[in-house]
Amino acid sequence: MTDYLLLLVGTVLVNNFVLVQFLGLCPFMGVSSRTETAIGMSFATIFVMTLASLLSYLVTTYLLVPLDLEYLTTMSFILVIAVVVQFTEMVVHKTSASLYRLLGIFLPLITTNCAVLGVALLNLRQQHSFFESIIYGFGASLGFSLVLIMFSAMREKLANADVPAPFKGTAIAMITAGLMSLAFLGFTGLVKI
Amino acid sequence: MNILLAILVLGSIAAIFGALLGYASVRFKVDADPIVEQLDDLLPQTQCGQCGYPGCKPYAQAVADGEAINKCAPGGEDTIKKIADLMGVEVQPLDESHVQGDTTASNRPKVAFIIEEDCIGCTKCIQACPVDAIIGAAKQMHTIIIDECTGCDLCVAPCPVDCIEMRELPDTIHNWQWDLTSIPVKQLD
Repeated sequence: MTDYLLLLVGTVLVNNFVLVQFLGLCPFMGVSSRTETAIGMSFATIFVMTLASLLSYLVTTYLLVPLDLEYLTTMSFILVIAVVVQFTEMVVHKTSASLYRLLGIFLPLITTNCAVLGVALLNLRQQHSFFESIIYGFGASLGFSLVLIMFSAMREKLANADVPAPFKGTAIAMITAGLMSLAFLGFTGLVKI
Repeated sequence: MNILLAILVLGSIAAIFGALLGYASVRFKVDADPIVEQLDDLLPQTQCGQCGYPGCKPYAQAVADGEAINKCAPGGEDTIKKIADLMGVEVQPLDESHVQGDTTASNRPKVAFIIEEDCIGCTKCIQACPVDAIIGAAKQMHTIIIDECTGCDLCVAPCPVDCIEMRELPDTIHNWQWDLTSIPVKQLD
């Protein structure tokens, strides 16, 4: 149990996918200009990443490894992710039309969010078990959401701030992201083993 | 042999996922873009065409596709605010080119007024009125039901004797509003 908890905290804070491993930067910059959109995106990503890491574990363990086809991992993971994203898009479209509109192009673009493929491949490389894979995927997406929502809240404040003209817009957002990344480095000493 | 197996495995994964997605697309089918219906409900349904579209439904469709939300003159600020809430965008002031009548005049709501001594009873304005706010019959003097009139301007043009004009509603306790924006606020940057 402690292992799972450690893995979760470690993935959310210490090895944060966005700010420490620099994965999934495109939606991090693209969807973070409004908190409402960021929250919607976070839920979609949590759903997709958890499900994708679960499914990719099943595909590797029960299909690719027994048949000695490990070289197909990347290809089959992409297939899995694309399907999960498509499925999520349909569900969101059905359940919440306004969220569907707000997310717009970024919803199908979760497919190309490298954090999703990254979590599946890292699961494989670190030889996680079934539950560890799910927790790793969930933790990674939770960390992504945490950072995305915090960042979007900051950007909403920044929109009204007195920023020097050359730094307006994306430039100041990049600087803010860099500072956040530095802050998250501080979590490295959180767990002592 | 190995290649064949690989093709078979990947093919079967794709087939299973394809079937899943096919089922999902039937199960989670969205009939029409529901946002258009919701927008259409917010619009005043005067079908006046001042937004540049043939009616309220086409304008609702256009807004759903990204058209500016501030073109509905009969709806006014109230409608713009509701549309902005629904669409999740910022409230904008009513588009200048769609403000009724003289843009230099105040933005107070207006209604049509028939100068009754000039009216020849041609019924042309009755046919033009989208909300049936004009009563009268052929060769009889017409008049406006002020409570029904949306101020859409459509009856002014058809009148052959130019006896219809748009007049501002007098202030009453029901429509008087604080002029809270009279002190100009300037954002420094």
